[in-house]
Amino acid sequence: MKHMTITHHLSDDLLMAYSAGALPEALSLVVATHVSMCPDCRAALAAHDAVGGAVLGTCGEAELAPDSLEKTLARIAATPTEAPPPKRDGSLPGPLADYVGGSLSQVKWRTLAGGVRQAVLPTDRGATARLLYIPGGVAVPDHSHRGVELTLVLQGAFRDETGRFGPGDIEVASDDLEHKPVAEPGPACICLAATEAPLRFAGLIPRLMQPLFRI
Amino acid sequence: MTAETEEAEWARLMLRIRDDRDADAFAALFREFAPRVKAFLMRSGSTATVAEECTQDVMATLWQKAGLFDPTRASVTTWVFTIARNRRIDTIRRARRPEPEDLAWGPEAEPEPAEILERQQETDRLGRAIAQLPPNQRALIERAYFGDLSHSEIAAETGLPLGTIKSRIRLALDRLRHQMT
Repeated sequence: MKHMTITHHLSDDLLMAYSAGALPEALSLVVATHVSMCPDCRAALAAHDAVGGAVLGTCGEAELAPDSLEKTLARIAATPTEAPPPKRDGSLPGPLADYVGGSLSQVKWRTLAGGVRQAVLPTDRGATARLLYIPGGVAVPDHSHRGVELTLVLQGAFRDETGRFGPGDIEVASDDLEHKPVAEPGPACICLAATEAPLRFAGLIPRLMQPLFRI
Repeated sequence: MTAETEEAEWARLMLRIRDDRDADAFAALFREFAPRVKAFLMRSGSTATVAEECTQDVMATLWQKAGLFDPTRASVTTWVFTIARNRRIDTIRRARRPEPEDLAWGPEAEPEPAEILERQQETDRLGRAIAQLPPNQRALIERAYFGDLSHSEIAAETGLPLGTIKSRIRLALDRLRHQMT
């Protein structure tokens, strides 16, 4: 994973929103996963966090409860040592691995039309995150979406009207982009995608299927 | 003590906690940071009672996660901010917060003292840059980090980290990049 060349990065507003803690869980998951793969965005995030530090440093002081330190020490004494995180086999970046039981082989896929598979990940309601498996040469169903849509390539590559996206690349699509991603011929393209609101598919059949598959 | 030597002193205290589990160093950092964290959480909309509880949690986490503190990557103030922000998401928004995993950085070089000092002073410089912004821009940045703005509101304020802040971020970025590659 260390040597991939990432050409599509996170936008400043997403980095800032993630740093400020303003993103719904599904979008945070995609941001954290991309940052786990991308030294540039990691450095940019560190800079945004430093702005948060500066804000904390200048927001004044509130009076503590008289026994605040004692209570904190008691909390420390009462906390058991943390359980080790679930075993990861390196097939997925850490934050994502934690959502699927540790590895790509644990993912519970559901098959959609055209050999496309997806797995919706458990997050809070503000947005939806899912893994997509798109066989080489196959198109993701035509869709538009409300709010921002993030698509992070984990394996393989796809192309759409805006360019080519390979491993580690993230596409940040606003709601006015009606795009048609197609997996490159060859090995399947596996992506982590998140949308702020449910996708709307352009065709009638996909729309009828939407409630069934939560896409 | 000037603000810059203050940050460097906090980093030394933090390293004593990390490396020696030094309770006196913890008490000293507690006095510095607990009142700020509580103020931060109250500015983020918590009642004094909830903010007090959360502050104790944040400071306990500072002790427990001390092993993750790296003075070449973040100042103590920035590190405390990230803990307080995560606690706010956990407790107040009751959501999970996915965090990036550490990249493999290659062989770990012994950090240069100058590099540590540089990193520790960054927060203070950013703080001064924010203080110099026009009041409305400053308020926007503060509101974003207090958790008052949604992502779409942040996105609508394109170029939010404006002017001075932007060049400061850019500088910080370049330094970090230089270190990390």
